[in-house]
Amino acid sequence: MDYFISEEQQMIVDIARQITDERIIPSRAELDENHEFPRKILDELAQADLFSVLIPEAYGGFGGGCLDIVLILEQLSRGCVGVGTAFAANFLGAYPIVLAGSDEMKQKYLPAIATGEKFAAFGLTEANAGSDASGIQTTAVLDGDEWVLNGTKQWITNGGEAQIYTVVTITDRSRGPRGASLFVVEEGDPGFSCGPKEKKMGIRASSTTELIFKDCRIPKDRLIGRKGTGFITVMKTLDLSRPGIAALGIGLAQGALDEAAPYAKQRKQFDKPIIAFQAVQHLLADIAIGIESARALVYAAAKHIQAYPKDMSKASSMCKVYATDMAMKATTDAVQVMGGYGYMCEYPVEKMMRDAKILQIYEGTNQIQRNVIGQELNKEYSK
Amino acid sequence: MNIIVCIKQVPDAKDVRLDPETNTLAREGVESIMNPYDQHALEEAVRLKETHGGEVTVITMGPPQAEEILRLAISCGADKVALVSDRAFAGADTWATAYTLEQAIRTLGDFDLILCGKQAIDGDTAQVGPGLAMRLDIPYITCAQKIRESDSNRFIVERMMDDGYDVVEITLPALLSVVKNINEPRVPSLKGKMRAKKAVITTLSADDINADHACIGLPGSPTQVVNVFPPSARGGRAIFTGSLDEQIDQLVDKLIPFIQPGGAQ
Repeated sequence: MDYFISEEQQMIVDIARQITDERIIPSRAELDENHEFPRKILDELAQADLFSVLIPEAYGGFGGGCLDIVLILEQLSRGCVGVGTAFAANFLGAYPIVLAGSDEMKQKYLPAIATGEKFAAFGLTEANAGSDASGIQTTAVLDGDEWVLNGTKQWITNGGEAQIYTVVTITDRSRGPRGASLFVVEEGDPGFSCGPKEKKMGIRASSTTELIFKDCRIPKDRLIGRKGTGFITVMKTLDLSRPGIAALGIGLAQGALDEAAPYAKQRKQFDKPIIAFQAVQHLLADIAIGIESARALVYAAAKHIQAYPKDMSKASSMCKVYATDMAMKATTDAVQVMGGYGYMCEYPVEKMMRDAKILQIYEGTNQIQRNVIGQELNKEYSK
Repeated sequence: MNIIVCIKQVPDAKDVRLDPETNTLAREGVESIMNPYDQHALEEAVRLKETHGGEVTVITMGPPQAEEILRLAISCGADKVALVSDRAFAGADTWATAYTLEQAIRTLGDFDLILCGKQAIDGDTAQVGPGLAMRLDIPYITCAQKIRESDSNRFIVERMMDDGYDVVEITLPALLSVVKNINEPRVPSLKGKMRAKKAVITTLSADDINADHACIGLPGSPTQVVNVFPPSARGGRAIFTGSLDEQIDQLVDKLIPFIQPGGAQ
């Protein structure tokens, strides 16, 4: 269907599609098998200016918005959600600087992110703080002209591969959510290290590590925005980034359909291609319905959110839940259509099914998203 | 370093059909692309520019639709482009094409290096690059697979051979034709695509390049295509199986009738 995207957006799609077809799809199985970070592909994305899309024009970027990123991520994940995740997490790391950083801070970091010279990551989750962000233990204490960070972040995408980390800490425990602050930590800062790469069920091309802060000393000016505004920035960041995760779901499901439908045309049983059987047709039809309806919702939500409306959290959560639940079902059904072949590692759909699961978990589980939507509804109908 | 890249628009090889009547390429409804070897030539030019500075100018001789591949060249890093296009160029063979490109390049001015693809995938002659170099009276290396060293007046280049490669030194100005393993062409960039969209494409006619009308197009082409036909099918073949000795016996049995009086049945 035609979604009437702009000419510039069509260019972005064309570039992302070409990189996906020519670079990602041919190498995805190997990246997955070796848990290999897709450095070469990311360099290619940088060279094609796709890292500049979200960065404001004043800092060497294209000044694009949520929908532009959605369009890129949809293409990348059609090839590999691991690559898409690495790309998405870079913007998750950059968003807090874009949203709340001082001009000086933006000058320092954003041009390098726009060219792909520096890669970013976002550190929020901890062992005891995932869905419940108030459980954060990592602290930052001002000591003269330096902040001293202590604590450990867990399951951080792009850990060990990024040069710029935006990290959520507690600067004043007595103030609850208003006691959280965000900092930029750079690779090589004293007292900062990354743990070993985690082994994962899916998205194995992306890197996931701990971030360890042991009396990590950073200059005073690394504080993003004002002290105590960390949670507000984090919430805004996640509202803006969640449609990107939804986009990973759309692309993934599309990739699965692109495998399952041609297979069903070519696979013969009882002297007929199996696509001639309604039982198979209905599975494929439901995948197609899911993709198109998710696409419509995600594109609409991405555009809506760009204006920072009051209900942005709800719109963002709705599209994330819908598209990622759809992707889990679509990839599972694609494996079903392909039967025994689908279950074999020789075909790409088993990887797609493994990759799909994380979409329902990260950037806020789909249960937490439903909580957000439910709470918003409760507020709306209390007026 | 100012580099000129010569490119050609060709039918996409994934979609080649012959007109059953004339046995010529059916061009209608077939997508046109930049000749794949030329993409590698362009990529190498852009990389050399990124190292040494200067400008990359891309030219193509072709119909007005060839503008499309010039825009693609801009999106992949070309600084300037020129479309050498005139009805009078139609029907040119490699001789007339090399002359036309020579005239166009002389019109464009000074250059340090010319890069071409090894050959175009439609004609497959591999003649235009060397022909152009001879006309411009500059040295050339064909089938360049790697530029080992490059400075403002001297290149050391690996030339791909059937059994390995030669290492050749060449003085600029020079022409290189490249093979595919010289590099991996980049995907167009967003800034490049935007520049390509806005670019005004200069067209150079036969008169613009001071071409002698007797030397261009069909009149300037000594090559005449008299007939195009598919090769006749090969004769019968047999595959022998079994041990080597058994296969030899089978072969001998097949050959014996040919040396006996009366010949093969």
